[in-house]
Amino acid sequence: MERPSRTARAKRSGRGDSLFFKGLQDGFPICVGYLSVSFVFGMLCLESGLGIGYGLLISATNLTSAGQFAGLELILAGAPLLEIAITTLVINIRYTLMSLSLSQKVRLNGWQRAIISFGNTDEVFAVAMQAENPLSFSYMLGLIATPYLGWTVGTLLGGTVTSLLPLSLRSALGIAIYGMFIAILVPPAKKLRPVLVTCVLALALSCAFSYAPWLRELSSGWTIILCALLAAGFAAWRYPVPVEEAMDNEGKGGEKT
Amino acid sequence: MSDLSGGYILLCTAVMALVTYLTRMLPLVLCRGRIKNRFVRSFLNYVPYAVLSAMTFPAVFSSTGSVLSATAGLACALAMAYFGRSLLAVALSSAATVYLVELLQGLFH
Repeated sequence: MERPSRTARAKRSGRGDSLFFKGLQDGFPICVGYLSVSFVFGMLCLESGLGIGYGLLISATNLTSAGQFAGLELILAGAPLLEIAITTLVINIRYTLMSLSLSQKVRLNGWQRAIISFGNTDEVFAVAMQAENPLSFSYMLGLIATPYLGWTVGTLLGGTVTSLLPLSLRSALGIAIYGMFIAILVPPAKKLRPVLVTCVLALALSCAFSYAPWLRELSSGWTIILCALLAAGFAAWRYPVPVEEAMDNEGKGGEKT
Repeated sequence: MSDLSGGYILLCTAVMALVTYLTRMLPLVLCRGRIKNRFVRSFLNYVPYAVLSAMTFPAVFSSTGSVLSATAGLACALAMAYFGRSLLAVALSSAATVYLVELLQGLFH
């Protein structure tokens, strides 16, 4: 209960700045992981002849990995706008679930929600949901700023100084994002059986959707949604969270001080 | 340069950005209250773990130059995470493992 109370105090005395810096700090590992992924995107933009200016613009306005790669491919093929819109929707529909989950953990007004939702990437969401207390606007801004920088700068570097980073290093950095996901998943899975069951179930389903005949025809966007619905649905049915504890210490810890 | 017109590329970029933003913004802005239903709250509580797990597996195995190096990197990440290392430490050490394994693999080509 120490952390929420400190947060509340910081907020009241106008020390939102410290929360902003905490966010910047927590966003740093994401930034590192993003550098390598967006680097590849920038490279593709350059090699395909799209031009790095457009690549940078896509990265700066979309801030999403799989969606951008698919979008780039469609743009290069001169696909109709509707196809691009639908593909983007299918790949990114998972954000809907994440934003819904996040909506229960933030204490923000409408405008603040509209602003931070722009940066609700897979990784930002993952780190944000780890925090114990309700998320403040300053913290979320910080948490989004570092990854945003990594994503755009990485794109720019990929499209300009490709030769500086040898292939072997780029290949190695490809695993960084997944390493971060593992670092987020393992500690709670070690401690809480329901979390372990959720993870293993989602893993098994995801593998089935990737390799099994028929199932693998499904696009990756729908696969993630289906895996999440089934695994989290099963866990919620099997291990319902006590009402007052669900999600966080929201309310309890934050308001006591 | 490709023969795509700049206007088309800009329009596509705008469409992609708008669709992506809407998927993120709508639930967060529309769902302002606290969800009371116990099942839904429990469900949303488990969503992050399910999503992350589904995104990591089996994609992690094709995230590097070879399945072998990816497996080594994954094993390293699992071990480091099990002992409670920070996100950055886990991410970088698994990348370093991949780098070393691919270096070794290169020697045996």
